[in-house]
Parts: sequence; C-alpha cells; structure tokens
Amino acid sequence: MSIDRRDFIKIAGITALSGAGGFSVLDKMLGEGLIEASETATEATSKKRWGMVIDVSKFKTEEDYKKVIEACHRTHNVPDLGNPKDEIKWIWTDTFEHTFPGQETDYMAESMKHKPFLMLCNHCEKPPCVRVCPTKATFKRPDGIVMMDYHRCIGCRFCMAACPFGARSFNWKDPRPALKSVNAEYPTRTKGVVEKCNFCADRIDKGLLPACVEASNGAMLFGDLNDPDSEVRKALGSHYAIRRKNELGTRPSVYYIIGGKENA
Amino acid sequence: MYDRGKVIAGIIIFLALVTFPFFYKTGKANVQIEPKINTPVIEGLSEKKCVESKEFMRANHMQLLNEWRDAAVRDGQRTYVASDGKSYAISLQNTCMNCHSNKKEFCDTCHSYTGVKPYCWDCHIAPMEAKR
Amino acid sequence: MLDRVLTGSRRYWAWMGFLSLIIGLGVASYLYQFNYGLGITGLSRDVSWGLYIGQLTFFVGVAASAVMLVIPYYLHDYKKFGKIVILGEFLAIAAVTVCILFIFVDLGQPTRIMNVMLHPTPNSILFWDATVLNGYLFLNLVIGWATLSADYKGGRPPKWVKPLIYLSIPWAISIHTVTAFLYAGLPGRHFWLTAILAARFLASAFAGGPALLIVLALIVRKVSKFDPGTEAIQTLGKIVTYAMFLNVFFLGLELFTAFYSQIPGHTHPFKYLYVGLEGHSKLVPMMWISSILAIGSLAVLLNPKFRKNEAVLAVACISLFISLWIDKGFGLIVGGFVPNPFEGVTEYWPTLPEFLIACGVWAIGLLVLTALYKVAISVREETADVELEH
Repeated sequence: MSIDRRDFIKIAGITALSGAGGFSVLDKMLGEGLIEASETATEATSKKRWGMVIDVSKFKTEEDYKKVIEACHRTHNVPDLGNPKDEIKWIWTDTFEHTFPGQETDYMAESMKHKPFLMLCNHCEKPPCVRVCPTKATFKRPDGIVMMDYHRCIGCRFCMAACPFGARSFNWKDPRPALKSVNAEYPTRTKGVVEKCNFCADRIDKGLLPACVEASNGAMLFGDLNDPDSEVRKALGSHYAIRRKNELGTRPSVYYIIGGKENA
Repeated sequence: MYDRGKVIAGIIIFLALVTFPFFYKTGKANVQIEPKINTPVIEGLSEKKCVESKEFMRANHMQLLNEWRDAAVRDGQRTYVASDGKSYAISLQNTCMNCHSNKKEFCDTCHSYTGVKPYCWDCHIAPMEAKR
Repeated sequence: MLDRVLTGSRRYWAWMGFLSLIIGLGVASYLYQFNYGLGITGLSRDVSWGLYIGQLTFFVGVAASAVMLVIPYYLHDYKKFGKIVILGEFLAIAAVTVCILFIFVDLGQPTRIMNVMLHPTPNSILFWDATVLNGYLFLNLVIGWATLSADYKGGRPPKWVKPLIYLSIPWAISIHTVTAFLYAGLPGRHFWLTAILAARFLASAFAGGPALLIVLALIVRKVSKFDPGTEAIQTLGKIVTYAMFLNVFFLGLELFTAFYSQIPGHTHPFKYLYVGLEGHSKLVPMMWISSILAIGSLAVLLNPKFRKNEAVLAVACISLFISLWIDKGFGLIVGGFVPNPFEGVTEYWPTLPEFLIACGVWAIGLLVLTALYKVAISVREETADVELEH
C-alpha cells in the first residue's frame, strides 16, 4: 500500500487539523484502518470498489453451481488434485452451517440447511491477509480487489493463517500435471505459492465481467459498491443481504441475498 | 604464520581453480547465438518490429518484462505505449509469445547458452511447439 | 579461540560425527522437499503450518530465555551467574539459528527469501520477526564473543559491550513478544486470538529455556573440568519453578475464559486438543502426556528438597522441557487451525521426511551449540583459577 506525495500531504493536513496526532497518520499509513472505532460504511469516494452479490435463491440445481465453478476453474487453470490435503479451489460450495458458522439455528428449514452456498475470496475492505504478508505479494488494489503477485510470494502461508474465510489455497506440489485442460491465455501457478480468486482482475481491466458472474445467468451480480446506481447497490438496497463473519470487521465485498425477493 | 608454505600453496590452487573458466575460454572465438524470428506471425508482419527496437529488446527485455509484470499485476495497467506511440496489450503469454511462438529457438537458445534459467515458464504457458 | 573447535577427544568427534550424519539425512530429505514441494509434509489446506513453525515458536522461547541469566548477572550483579551466563548466550545463538532454519524450511519458495528484505513491509509481523531474530543473533554473537575473549585474554571486555548487553534484555523480550504477535493478531483464529498469548509465551520460555540450560550445565560438568556452579544451577532451578508455575497459571486462565464463557469458538480448539472434537483425537494422547509432565515436574520442583537433588532436578527439567515442547512446539500451532474456518476438523501429523528435516535442523542447532560450548568450556578450563573481571 503506497501513498504518493499528494496523499501524504492531505493526510498530514487532516491530522494537523483534527489534532488526532500520530494515530491517524499511523492508521492511514497502514492503509487499512487498523485504528478505527466505527465499523459503519466508509465515506463515499469517487474511487471504485468492486463487489459481488450472490442471489442464493437463483441457484436451483446442481448444474447451476457447477457451471459457475467450472467457468472459474477453467479460465484460471485451477487444477483438480482429487484429494482434500492438496486441494486448490477459487470458488466452491458448502452448507449454510459451514459458510456462515454461528448463524445456523436448530429449526432451520431443511431446504436451507442442505442448500449449497458459493464461497470465494471476499476481497475484504480490510484484508487481514494483506496486513500479514511480509513481501506485499498479496495486496489490495485501489478498486478493492485483493490481488496475489505470484512472482513475489515466498510461500510462508501467513496469509492462509490470517484469512478467516479459508479462501486461500497453497500449491503443495506442481499443479500442472493435475490440469485436465489448459487455458493457454492464462498462466498456471508453480509449486510453493499461495493462490486464490482474484475477482478476474484481468477481465475487469478489459471491461469484462468475472467469469463466474458471466456464467451465472444473473444469479450473481457484480459492480461498483461505491456507485449508488450500480446493479449491486440496487440489489442490496432492495433485499436483505448478509456477509460472512461480519463480526470480524474485515468488511467483505461479497454479499449473499439469502431469501430471494419474497423475503426482502 | 603457521604452515606458511601450505597456506600459500592452498591459496594459489584455490585461485587457479576459481579463475580456470576464464583462462580456458581466453582466445577462443565466441559462438554467435542468433535467436530465430522466422515464425508465421512474424513473417506475416508488414514491418518486422518488436514493441521496441531489436537492440533495446536484446539488451533490456528482462527489465521490460519486469516492468510489464509489475504494471499488469500490481497496477492493473495492461496497455503498454511503446516509444513509437503504438499500444500493445501487456501479456507475456498473449502478446510476446503470439509472435515469438518458437520459444525453443527464440528464448531458449540464448538462455541455455548464457546459462540463465528464468522462472517465467514455471507458471506461464509456453506456446505449443512441435517436438524436435 | 575458535581453533578449540578443531581439537577434542574421541568422544567429542564421535558426537560431532553423529550430528553430521543426522544433518546429512535432513539435507537429503530437504532436497526431496525442495524438488517436490511442501506436499511431502503432513500439512494441508486446513492445517497449513505444523511441526516447522511450531518448532520455530518453541525455539524462539529457548533463545529468549538467555535473558534469565543476563538480568540477574548484569542488572542485579548476581555473581554466581558469572561463569554460566556465556552458556546462556551461546544457547541463544544456537536456538536462533534453529529458528531461522525452521522458517527457511517452511517456505514454499525458499529461493525468494530475500523478498522479505527487498520489499520491506512494516505492517507484517513476520517482517518484524525476521528483523528481531537476526538482530538478536547478532547481539548474542557479539556479546558472547567479546566477553569470552576478554576472559580468555584475562582482561575486561571493551566498554561498548555493556550497552549492547543492556539492549539485549528488552530485545530478548521482543523476539518472543513479536513471535506471539504472529498469532495473537489474526481474526478468526480463536485459539490464538488472546491478549495473554505473549505473556504465556514468555512464561513458558523462561521455564523451558533455563530447564534446558540446567541439563546442559550438568552435562558440561560431567564431560569437562568446567563446573558451572552448584549454586548457579540451583538458582536456575528456582527460576524454572516460578516461570513454570506462571505458565500453568496462564493456561488455566485461558481454560477459564473459554469454558466459563462457553463461546463455542473458544472451547473447540481446547476440546480438540484434550478430548477430541467430532471424533478426531490424534493429538489427545500427546497433550495429556504434556499435561501430566507439566504437573509432575512442577510438583517436584516446588519442593526445595527434591530440587536440591541434582539427579531429581535433571529429571524434572527434562520432563518439563518435553511437556513444553509438546504444548508449544506442536499443540499450540495445530490447535490454532482446528477447527478450520468452516468449523470442520482436519487433522495433521508430520510425515517421515518432514520429521527428518526437523531432525536435521535440530542437529544443526546441536552442532552449533557443541562447537560454541567447546570454545567456552576450553576457555573456562584454561582460566579456571582467574576471577572474572566483568
């Protein structure tokens, strides 16, 4: 997280005005708001902040999930290693209980209890993985995407310990032999680096939607959370949506509309 | 100094061994390595020019690739504006290797000769080439 | 002084040869890991740190414990530690070496390790851990060497050493505090997310490190003419007792908070470690061995009569060391990963190559320790009748 000269002067000026002293400078320098009492939404800025809304009710059949997961894993050359020990995944499903631990109740509808929920990197506004990375191999782009620089990763796996969402996978061995088909337009990874969903940063930079969203038939929405007129904001404004482990304060950018329209 | 003779002899033998490769090659003609650029895509170009001049690329392609890497991955900057004003998509796999589809005859000849092993291909996928 | 390493009895060379053999096995296993990747270990997506990082954590404590000799001797002028303090400093050097090697063997891309320095990242605790560990290694090398060569030449150590010695005191505390911060600041890892973790680390370090030192001092006395001093060993015994009592007390505090509050996230890791969770109980026997050894050794140490018997003291120290080694060098790390972020249980157990690599690192540590102790012992033997001047 670098700050340029103008930002620094701005920050320094604000600090001097508010008289808040070192804390707020430290806070800005750390770039993720380590010291912040309020957990309400940050002030609107002209900056983009990409976010995703998953409308759970629109996923009906096994096929709906498979389509989305395969679109991602095929695009990014994510291998299927066939065992949980070496497993690498960018987007996957699990039950409500495992997706939202602590939110389950004893008397939930069976349909909800056994329904699969999609999980992927939350691209947190305050990503603990970025905070702990000793080489800035994982970092947050100005548009909110939490990226991996596989060239720089030393494979210490501190980010895996720090991520409360289990979004990160490690290449315990060379992933290439396990690839069934190869997308020649995208790299693979090498052994010894951590990997995860990158919100299709390369596609977004070209003006495309993430591969999973494109394959979801409208069940997943993607857009700018800072733009009140964006599709994601409209969906969030008209439906009740939850995030995973909200209480940890990492401020995920992936939202789940649980009940569909009728529960709005 | 104890064992003066042995120490000095040891140092001389060490220096001789370490500098051996230089003496060995002195006076011998260097092999000229010429990477091949005769791929179908390059043959089809009206002007056979890389993103920058041949001399620049020969001397600086590694720095340029590092800059491209950081620009694309870290800054989300995926277009390169060359010194002649033309724009190129920043991508090793999809831009560089689109023209230079002969990795073995283009990249590897020099790299093997100079004994450098860039780790690009641990992740980036080399173009399909007929096995020779 | 260093030439003392190259002269020694048959027994000395046999021991060094044995260590070299183990190191060779470790290196061979490491080459296998280097080629294949960390997949040769028992680690997985869910338990992504294990034996290596556990051992790093444990040995940072051993390294930090040198301060338990430095404080009494240099701050309180406790003369009885005069001859033994070098053993603590040299133990710290060997322990930090072990720590750095354990970090290294745990990396997926070890050839890129310099990225930590090329792209310094002050918000990463691992960056600080690498910094303070290297600083501590440097401090102890300089201090240990300067004071020992002064003894060797029969004079006072140079003046600039004193400030470094004082600096080494907070520095020792810092290495273990920073190591605790690796864990204690991670959201969503309930087992580690506790304010008392650094305090627990220090307490266990100040018990385990001096316990090891007592055993080493007794061995030194047996194999050489250098006597570290009965009284010094007894004082160390008291330090071990107090620190171990604090350590057990702190663990009790953790258990109270977890089980009285009954917050599931806080109780699950403890349940996994001590009784098993959802039918998974691989670590239960080890954790109980650790607990029994902890209570047993503490019971023995608390009684001055037992403590004064050096044979009993040695057994108690060995038990205590093993207990802490299991608790901190293994249980603490694995417990942090169970249950995983999805409330599932994945178990971990080191594989043979992983264990051999760890053995190799331990052997390197012992080799460094033996060489350094050889120097210290030789100097002490040669200057046995001279009063120390620092």
